[in-house]
Amino acid sequence: MSVQQRLNASPAPARRRKSWRLGRHSVIALPYGWLLLFFILPFAFVLKISLAEADMAIPPYTALVEWLDETTLTIQLTFSKYQLLLEDRLYLSAYLNSLKIAAISTVFCLLIGFPIALFIVSRPPHARFFWLAMVMLPFWTSMLLRVYAWIGILQSNGLLNTFLMDVGIINQPLVLLHTDLAVYLGIVYSYLPFMVLPLYAALEKLDPALLEASADLGARPSVSFFTVTLPLAVPGIVAGCLLVFVPAVGEFVIPALLGAPDTLMIGRVLWDEFFANRDWPMASAVAIVMLIVLVAPVMLVRARETATRDEA
Amino acid sequence: MLRTGRFVTFMALAGLMYLYIPIFIMMVLSFNGSRLVSVWGGFSFKWYGELFSNDQLLNAAWLSIRVAGFSATLAVILGTLAGYVLTRFGPFRGRVLMAGMVTAPLVMPEVITGLSLLLLFVAMEDFIGWPQGRSITTIVISHATFCMAYVAIVVQSRLAQMDGVLEEAAQDLGARPWRAFIDVTLPMLAPALISGWLLAFTLSFDDLVISSFVSGPGSSTLPMVIFSKVRLGVSPDVNALATILIGFVGTCVFVYSWRAGRRMRMREDA
Repeated sequence: MSVQQRLNASPAPARRRKSWRLGRHSVIALPYGWLLLFFILPFAFVLKISLAEADMAIPPYTALVEWLDETTLTIQLTFSKYQLLLEDRLYLSAYLNSLKIAAISTVFCLLIGFPIALFIVSRPPHARFFWLAMVMLPFWTSMLLRVYAWIGILQSNGLLNTFLMDVGIINQPLVLLHTDLAVYLGIVYSYLPFMVLPLYAALEKLDPALLEASADLGARPSVSFFTVTLPLAVPGIVAGCLLVFVPAVGEFVIPALLGAPDTLMIGRVLWDEFFANRDWPMASAVAIVMLIVLVAPVMLVRARETATRDEA
Repeated sequence: MLRTGRFVTFMALAGLMYLYIPIFIMMVLSFNGSRLVSVWGGFSFKWYGELFSNDQLLNAAWLSIRVAGFSATLAVILGTLAGYVLTRFGPFRGRVLMAGMVTAPLVMPEVITGLSLLLLFVAMEDFIGWPQGRSITTIVISHATFCMAYVAIVVQSRLAQMDGVLEEAAQDLGARPWRAFIDVTLPMLAPALISGWLLAFTLSFDDLVISSFVSGPGSSTLPMVIFSKVRLGVSPDVNALATILIGFVGTCVFVYSWRAGRRMRMREDA
């Protein structure tokens, strides 16, 4: 078919524009509707159930809205779970402890990740793929299995203790597994790739000429680092810290496998409320508080960033 | 090219050793004839034998592969649409909310995602009678939802690199937007779609927390079975499983990066 025929065959412009708009709307609607249904709507149910009482039923919570008889509708909301969250020291200290562990782990990820990212950027471009793959490989393999690997290293008859005793540094095995130290080791270990990748992306854009200029003007390498490299890496640092800090606060697997029974982290508290105590309303209240304090501010910042970046 | 000092190189190599030593130890231990970590009982394949006669682990692995395949496919379809809409459709009402919904799962703690999806499924079953109980379907829906965010990010960054000129040209030549998308955009997006699918597959295959919330009796995925085994202590057949997985993924990643590096070097030489 020639171009002319094809043009003639196309429908009238008005009709075409209409079908085009219909198509456009349905393309938006599919992912939009999916996310509204399976990402936003669930939070409404978490909020709803956090206001109910636990009950010996299936599902194990009381109904908020109930018909007493044909004409009377009762609505029963209880804030007792939130009251308990505020009053019981366990929850408060779990929140604070999670924030502390996540913050310290994030700093260590940054300290270990920054040299790695700098090193990769300093390789010739064709070799960067190899080094990036070295960092990405652990990310592509099971996090659960990599956390598990630490159990064999840290346990009392594990490799580290055996090694230290053979060398003669210690006589008694150290308690390493099921400690806070093990949790820090595990979190930094698991989340390191999430820090390195955004740092790499930021440093890759750094123009080496800037550092040469700085050196020509007499700056020592350390001065250049703090006045040129570091400020230009800030977007990567912010992105990396968010990607490590926020999920680490809610981390469950690492404290469950490596932490002490009394290593309180909020993700673990939520898990135990849900699976061990079958107290769905309490688990929901814990989740709502975590969302409000932690995730919502981050989500807003990131949505604003994406929106402004796309407009630019 | 950036120049760095010896200190950076030393720190970077130390950091990489931190990443690799536990993996390396796990691989060596998978060939250890002894059950004890600290005793070398001779080179042996016996844990591999035990692994392949463990029906519970094998069934769970097969279930996880199916779940990950379905979830990744669904996530690629939804994530590609989301990424395309966000980069190519210009402003529309609710765009900021959509951008937020696409990035939020990246930082959302898994326990919250898992709990909220479970409560949704319970409520849906109550209202409309679907899904009946928790099963592979609920796991796939949940995984697709958090994986589509990763796919959307990959697709978005690829689309941002390509300008829209070719798509516009196709439309100027009379192709409908849909035709232009199929004939022009999709083939150019193919590498991003493949890496997005692989990423989604890995994330789904690896997920423990969300699956634990939304799976029903009889649908235990591989991470769930491993977790319940590992909680009781070191078990050497898990070392063997880890070695197989890491060996497989490692080979793929290195072949890919080697080829990408070679292409790059040829371009540099040209």
